[in-house]
Amino acid sequence: MIEQNLSLLLVVIPLLAAPVTAMLPAGRLPWLLTLIVSWTCLVIAGWQLSVVIDGSVISYELGGWAPPWGIEYRIDAMNAFVALILSGIAAITLPYALRTVEKDIPRHQTSLFYAVFLLCLVGLLGIAQTGDVFNLFVFLEISSLSSYVLIAMGEQRRALTSAFQYLIMGTIGATFLLIGIGLVYAETGTLNMVDLNLRLQPILDHRTVHTGFAFIVVGIALKLALFPLHLWLPNAYKYAPSVVSVFLAATATKVAVYIMLRMVFGVFSNDFVRITPTDQMFLLLGIFGVILASVTAIYQTDVKRLLAYSSVAQVSYMVLGMGLASVLGITATLVHVFNHALIKGALFMACGALVYRVGSSQFENLNGLGRQMPWTFSAIFIAGLSLIGIPGTAGFISKWYFMLAALEQQSWLIALVILLGSLLAVVYMWKIVEVMFLRPASDNVASVKEAPVSLLIPMWVLVIANIYFGFYTELTVNVADSAARLLGVAAYHE
Amino acid sequence: MIDIIVGHYNYWVVIFLMMAGFYTVIDRGNLIKKIAGLSIFQTSVFLLYISIGYVSDGTTPIIAEGFTRYSNPLPHVLILTAIVVGVSTTALGLALIVRINEAYGTIEEDEIHEQDKSL
Repeated sequence: MIEQNLSLLLVVIPLLAAPVTAMLPAGRLPWLLTLIVSWTCLVIAGWQLSVVIDGSVISYELGGWAPPWGIEYRIDAMNAFVALILSGIAAITLPYALRTVEKDIPRHQTSLFYAVFLLCLVGLLGIAQTGDVFNLFVFLEISSLSSYVLIAMGEQRRALTSAFQYLIMGTIGATFLLIGIGLVYAETGTLNMVDLNLRLQPILDHRTVHTGFAFIVVGIALKLALFPLHLWLPNAYKYAPSVVSVFLAATATKVAVYIMLRMVFGVFSNDFVRITPTDQMFLLLGIFGVILASVTAIYQTDVKRLLAYSSVAQVSYMVLGMGLASVLGITATLVHVFNHALIKGALFMACGALVYRVGSSQFENLNGLGRQMPWTFSAIFIAGLSLIGIPGTAGFISKWYFMLAALEQQSWLIALVILLGSLLAVVYMWKIVEVMFLRPASDNVASVKEAPVSLLIPMWVLVIANIYFGFYTELTVNVADSAARLLGVAAYHE
Repeated sequence: MIDIIVGHYNYWVVIFLMMAGFYTVIDRGNLIKKIAGLSIFQTSVFLLYISIGYVSDGTTPIIAEGFTRYSNPLPHVLILTAIVVGVSTTALGLALIVRINEAYGTIEEDEIHEQDKSL
């Protein structure tokens, strides 16, 4: 019985905590409450995953209305996996938040900042938990609206314009999703994902269904920052406060990947992907995304922007996995969702540590900083190796599965693109290494000290997780594999 | 032909509003006009949902004697939620514009770009 209620608690606890946090006096108290809530969420998410890992499903009927009429929270391996990633990242980000928020956010706004942070977490967790497409839209907007606010809290005034640009793009995306859901509802009369899937199968050739599908895919692609709809992302990540960059880079686009998987393969079906040119479109955009975003990353002169473009490239890998539309492809995508959250979490934390000490993430201010901040620098180095996909790191596992998925279908082009993406990652990560370690130290960094321990510990937890999950793949690969099978993706047959 | 045009007039209104709003968002450089366009764009979707809920000869979905056909109330409920989302988005957008105006002294997109470039 308690297992059933877990699925709802994961959303209700942070939702109730948010207004309480907003009313607490400014200072460390709001932070403490947020920390406790996020750790509680992590425990619940872990528990939830342990229940559904064997392939069973938790179903919770909100308000006692039986599905498909009422809203259903339906937890299978994939939901639980995504919820675990989200609450895990939140739990590890909060110890990091204490010092950086004290520096980035005016003291009297801290209560509100943490309240909005919790609302963002509610939205993201809600997306992961719900089994109702309209409910998903509402949670998507909760998380998006709160992330616009979080980004706008950046120090420079360009944070405001970046947040505004994100608001425009994000709202267009969400409205497209809403139009798509409306059209599909008009055809089927249901909003429950499982029910939708059943009712859509006989009418997959209807034009309204195709139109609805197109709206849904484009809408999610905007949130996903799928190339070429990624233009809002680099500025949003660059001008946001450090802790917000860490949290959003590790969670927001990952959740969008989950929505895309759930809608395309779970609500529509693998057959539908094959009879429409969806898989080719994913592959094409994925190929362009991996190459062009990586090349753009090479030309950046700012660590945060470089990492943001690298995120666009990494999301494109996940889209490639979806385009392959096989169990292995989806497994690779889900494994990369997990591993990329670890990689980008660590990298953005290191970047935030640089900003904390130097006040800038521009290359010109970071010359020779690696010798002053050895721990931060080595974190960037190891997480960078993981990003590239060196054996012994988590990144290698994802690249390995992408490679297997591509070779299974003899797509040499895709395999080549995956390799090329890694080579380009070597180039742009090397640029950071060169600036920070090989260039002589400039005057402004001579007196810079290593980042505070409260920043280093979360950073290194993620770095060590990168190495740990490079050897111990049981959790990631097994869960991803069973999630991909539950999604009803048929094994690839030529 | 005339049936398609007249019989679906509400959908034509939806499409017109949708395109007008979307075009305004993309084309206008004034941030307030962008938000206005975004609002129109969202409102068109509300109309779309309400049209979907229509049942021919159906009445308001309140149980009363003598009526057996009711319009589908679910899209109405859904759109109440979507209106709340839309209002919050507009409010947040306008609040951001106020802050942008304080920081830049303008709400014209090209002038903001100009200021950012000169830095």
